[in-house]
Amino acid sequence: MLIAKNITKRFSGVTALQEVRLELNAGHVTSIIGENGAGKSTLMKILSGVYTDYEGELLMNGEAVSFKNTREAQNAGIAIIHQELNLLPYLSVAENIFLGRELKNEFGILDKKEMYIRSALLLDKVKLKIDPNTRVEKLKVGERQLLEIAKALMLDTKVLIMDEPTSAITDSEAKILFDIISELKKEGKAIAYISHKMKEIFSICDDYVVLRDGKFIGSGAISEVDENQLIKMMAGREVELHRHNIHVKKNDDPKILEIYDLKLPTFNVEKGITFDLRRGEVLGVFGLMGAGRTELLETIFGVHTGISQGEIKIDSISKKINSPITAIKEGLALVTEDRKRDGIVPDLSVRKNMGLTVLRQLCNVGVLQIDRERALAEMYIDELKIKTDSDQQLIKNLSGGNQQKVVLAKWLATHPKVLMLDEPTRGIDVHAKSEIHKLIDQLASEGMGIIIVSSEIPEILAVSHRVLVLSEGRITGNFDIDEANEQNILKAAIA
Amino acid sequence: MIATATKDRLIKLQPLIALFVMCLAISILSDKFLTVNNGWNILRQISVNICISVGMTLVILTRGIDLSVGSILAFAGAVGAGLLKFGIDVPSENVNIGFTLLGAIIAAIVVGGALGWFNGFAITRFKAPAFVVTLAMLTMARGFTMLYTEGFPINGLGDHFGFIGTGWFLGVPFPVWITAVVVLLAVFLTNKTPLGRYIYAIGGNENAALLSGINTKRVKMIVYTLSGITAAIGGLMVTSRLDSAQPNAGLSYELDAIAAVVIGGTSLSGGKGSIWGTVLGAVIIGVLNNGLVLLNVSPFWQQVVKGAVILLAVIMDKTNKE
Repeated sequence: MLIAKNITKRFSGVTALQEVRLELNAGHVTSIIGENGAGKSTLMKILSGVYTDYEGELLMNGEAVSFKNTREAQNAGIAIIHQELNLLPYLSVAENIFLGRELKNEFGILDKKEMYIRSALLLDKVKLKIDPNTRVEKLKVGERQLLEIAKALMLDTKVLIMDEPTSAITDSEAKILFDIISELKKEGKAIAYISHKMKEIFSICDDYVVLRDGKFIGSGAISEVDENQLIKMMAGREVELHRHNIHVKKNDDPKILEIYDLKLPTFNVEKGITFDLRRGEVLGVFGLMGAGRTELLETIFGVHTGISQGEIKIDSISKKINSPITAIKEGLALVTEDRKRDGIVPDLSVRKNMGLTVLRQLCNVGVLQIDRERALAEMYIDELKIKTDSDQQLIKNLSGGNQQKVVLAKWLATHPKVLMLDEPTRGIDVHAKSEIHKLIDQLASEGMGIIIVSSEIPEILAVSHRVLVLSEGRITGNFDIDEANEQNILKAAIA
Repeated sequence: MIATATKDRLIKLQPLIALFVMCLAISILSDKFLTVNNGWNILRQISVNICISVGMTLVILTRGIDLSVGSILAFAGAVGAGLLKFGIDVPSENVNIGFTLLGAIIAAIVVGGALGWFNGFAITRFKAPAFVVTLAMLTMARGFTMLYTEGFPINGLGDHFGFIGTGWFLGVPFPVWITAVVVLLAVFLTNKTPLGRYIYAIGGNENAALLSGINTKRVKMIVYTLSGITAAIGGLMVTSRLDSAQPNAGLSYELDAIAAVVIGGTSLSGGKGSIWGTVLGAVIIGVLNNGLVLLNVSPFWQQVVKGAVILLAVIMDKTNKE
């Protein structure tokens, strides 16, 4: 029904998809499989008209099509249900279904009655027993998922793309969803199904397509493969990162950080997270999207107060960390994942960004000593090889890699005992990446404890002494670096 | 890089150039403009607005807004005047607590600071939007003023009190001295203290500031408190100049203050701007007002022109960014 041929998509120099092909057939559910960053979402965004500049060809029922926007894709019969649902909470169910395509009577006035009746029929089809006048904010996540499907059906959708539809819903809600999927299948719709959950893939999908690093790896009928084969296809990445000569960690080094039964926000788990970190150790943390990686670091850093339980010990002494302020006092540092949102103050200079964490120490009787701050900034610009024409340059004018180094410098200036890095090399070039990896090793060899979260297994393997794997707010794997490899890490992450 | 640097500098000079052109134009059209007397006149007139605008700048730098300054000005002025003239009656003990000049001044400033603190408290504690909280305070503080004055002006406050708004010191009007001190303190605060840096950081990226270990709530409380204090100082100056605490004093002063901040190049979305910019903005408004009066422009047209200048300033700010 829908065929994508040789799709290539580049983002300012980075190739996200390279000559990928995909075939979605009527009456089939096709599973799109791949690690984070494999290119699944990019491909789906091309199919649904979100991205319009790409190379390659889309064929719908044999005819070449190209969409200028999502509306054109919808009119052609392709609908996507995003992971973050696109519903307006304060509008009613019916208003959401007909959003942007409202029915009007001959006077140009909204025909609410007709929309109500048609909504009710659509809701019936997806087995949602709710009144179309209900406000969406009152619905549960699973119900909203079904509502999105109803919305797609209103458009006479022929191809339905679902991006991790079960990531936030309960098992019983998922079961209803699967029933509806199989009915849609019987009606001859083509469905693309993105999920990390192997069990689901094997129970509802007919075909599979594996992507890795933006490339097409393989496809076929799901009945002809087993789980291990799929994981192997997903994982067999070309290793572009080499493990440097990492300093040897001693197992009798004292523990600097101990975490006991820490429960993460938004995850309802029985047993919390427990692990420890020694002086000079680099602990890699891997998990797929939504596994709780960022939440783990944020919880340790005191961002989510009032939700988390459990115990945190630093240097064997139990500590209560209820804000980033106390976390910093206890010697913790967190380099956040989203640099723009949580890391930099764009309109302040490189120097002022670096000074933020240690201003009090740069003061003399309450007055900022600019020369001290400048000395600090110049030291780190030199040490981390930050490319900037001066310490007074606004940080927003630096490249991503150099911005990241400034953020790192800001935290190194606090001389932390434990440095937590959340995706420290995302979106920065290979050269800066390897510099940051070297820096991590150097800091660890000087006795700092480091936790690095990354969604790239090769990166984790390149820098860590030990690897923790998270899945749905739990630890599902704990490997020494000698026993860790892509396959067992990925397997634990999918568990 | 060099080209953008010069461009940046030119953009920063824009308001200064605008002021210069304006002065030139007015002085050609009116021979009363470029006189020493008129100069002091303008400075005296704008010192109240500069004072309030300094507090407003701090608030806006954190990405906030303070609509209550006009009402706080009125209440603090009324309290200062009332305490000085009548003191506090304690009927149960049948005594009256009198206030010295200094005592009344301090009390007025404390009252202004307290109302500002309450703004900050409501904004940080209940995560309420600053716009709404300070709008509520605008109404409440005006109500307090009416209650305290019973709707009548408090007149006849004496020569000593009058010195604040009308006196001269070393050949310069005394209110200009007060405002100069407020400005210099604020410049010092924003450039030379951690608090100043925190203000910019919070306005520029509150998340990053919070995660860098900055106590963002405390900083905001301080900033609103300071805005209340500068409003109270403005209130003392106004009351002193008129030798009367008017229940309607300071009406819509918040708008003049916001205008000065915006014309001075401080971004309403926070994190960018300076105290000197605001001073310049207030001077531009002051010169404009003065010039329009000297040129006999009708007061109705004056308002139109003033509004147009504010609009122009914002449009120029936006186009500069692109």
